Amino acid sequence: MDAIDPTLVDWSRAQFALTAMYHWIFVPLTLGLGVIMAVMETLYVRTGREFWKQTARFWMKLFGINFAMGVATGIILEFEFGTNWSNYSWFVGDIFGAPLAIEGIVAFFMESTFIAIMYFGWNKVSKGAHLASTWLTIIGATLSAWWILVANAWMQYPVGMEFNPDTVRNEMVDFAAVALSPVAVVKFCHTVTSSWVLGAMFVVGVSCWYLLRGRHTDFAKASIRVACWFGLVAALLTAHTGHQSGRDIALHQPMKLAAAEGLYEGGTSQGLVLGGVLTPGVDWSAPAEQDRFLFHVEMPGALSFLATHEWDGYVPGIRNLLEGGYPLPEGGVALSAEEKMQRGRTAIAALATYRTTLDAAEKRAALETLRAHFDYFGYGYLKSPADLVPNVPLTFYSFRIMVILGGYFLALFAGLLLFGRYIMHWKWAMLAILLTTPLAWLASQAGWVVAEVGRQPWAIQGLLPNVAAISRLDAGAVQTTFFIFLGLFTLLLVAEVSIMARALAAGPETDNTAA
Amino acid sequence: MFLRRIAQFYIEGFRSMTLGRTLWCIILLKLLIMFAVLKVFFFPSYLQGTEREKAQTVSSELTKRVSTER
Repeated sequence: MDAIDPTLVDWSRAQFALTAMYHWIFVPLTLGLGVIMAVMETLYVRTGREFWKQTARFWMKLFGINFAMGVATGIILEFEFGTNWSNYSWFVGDIFGAPLAIEGIVAFFMESTFIAIMYFGWNKVSKGAHLASTWLTIIGATLSAWWILVANAWMQYPVGMEFNPDTVRNEMVDFAAVALSPVAVVKFCHTVTSSWVLGAMFVVGVSCWYLLRGRHTDFAKASIRVACWFGLVAALLTAHTGHQSGRDIALHQPMKLAAAEGLYEGGTSQGLVLGGVLTPGVDWSAPAEQDRFLFHVEMPGALSFLATHEWDGYVPGIRNLLEGGYPLPEGGVALSAEEKMQRGRTAIAALATYRTTLDAAEKRAALETLRAHFDYFGYGYLKSPADLVPNVPLTFYSFRIMVILGGYFLALFAGLLLFGRYIMHWKWAMLAILLTTPLAWLASQAGWVVAEVGRQPWAIQGLLPNVAAISRLDAGAVQTTFFIFLGLFTLLLVAEVSIMARALAAGPETDNTAA
Repeated sequence: MFLRRIAQFYIEGFRSMTLGRTLWCIILLKLLIMFAVLKVFFFPSYLQGTEREKAQTVSSELTKRVSTER
């Protein structure tokens, strides 16, 4: 084996994570704030009141700042695919390229066309045409997210393709299976609805700031009402799609679920950990029972219900997943990690034979062997079963941060809708809401940490681990670019925050008379 | 005529921008940094040559990196 420097894997992952997390600061706000401003413009068109027009225009201005700062940050991710993840980029072939190309075309034509009408078209096109452009702008942005998430979902649940050993690429054989895979659909719904929650929190937070300052109070109260209704619906949908997502993870990425729950020993009627503290420094590939948690609180049977829709359903833990032998939901018995690794090595050896032999019969036999074991191809790169265990503490705590904050947002939106007339007079409450607004980003990022850290070591689930997916670069070069990006991204973020702060200080142009 | 009206729409829109000018400056600067600096100096395409050569490089990498440890 030509060894890959482990620090190269770490720095390649760190650089990609940094870029993706920076990109994800802007995207959810675009998706969430976009719908809210469109709802406000709809209120303007329906009521004819200038107040709603100015309200919509103000949020549109903030949308524009965020959109401009976020635009093209995703391009760096595509650069990184070509440079740092060249094996991966080649191996996935058109499966990854097609959705990204569609995303680029949709984004360019829909967003750039309608966003121009949205900003330049006030008083130049009819109210209805302007409103349609606003909605089409946000629909275009949401459709862009669809294709990106299709590509991401394929990495978590690769379907609809066939591996071609001549080109060493996976080729799409069923576009619908890729574009409409259950994992893609649920991932899209969960990601978009959680972005709506973030957008609603942003509007509520900014409005609370105006209430604290005693400025634009009618505008702020009206914005809070709209954002809370929208946020409440979005938070309920996020919870529902989160439950669906949990079921998908149980079916297709059981190790991620086990890591998110700190579940080493599985079984039937498994409880869901509501909260707890993991024992620091434990080796989660073989922890002693007494060492797993310092303390934890469980809801009996809830994890089984989440995973199987039965309170006494079987959920495998980390040990079961490594040792195999447990019943699979689709029937049969799970293979051990060792067995999968052996099959993976056999598949890789068959690929090598197929590509080097000149003997037709040997080539045919190698192809058959490769196809028979291709589902385990990536396991052949692992050194030990322990490599299959992701970072359990990071996955476990990120999952709880996401869920607990989701509950907080839900309660906040409901509380403001029910008791807003009192709460909006309490300065301490406005300050508390304002200060907790950034938690919406924390929850959103934590969700991605669960999704991406929880599926390690895979770049493509079961087929390609990171150690095989990365380019053979100098680790020092990747490390250097990591810090260059960190500086660049920080500068851009400071620029955005300062422009946003100036726009907030200027405030909306409402005459402060709500409808 | 129709195309002229569309062009006029965009021209007037860009002329009337206030905050938008700053944002466009940032976007253009960002794209310049990305394509003229980062892409050129930090992100060369790792795989070079014809499609067949690229496939051979990846194939060689994928088959060499297999773990032989038991």
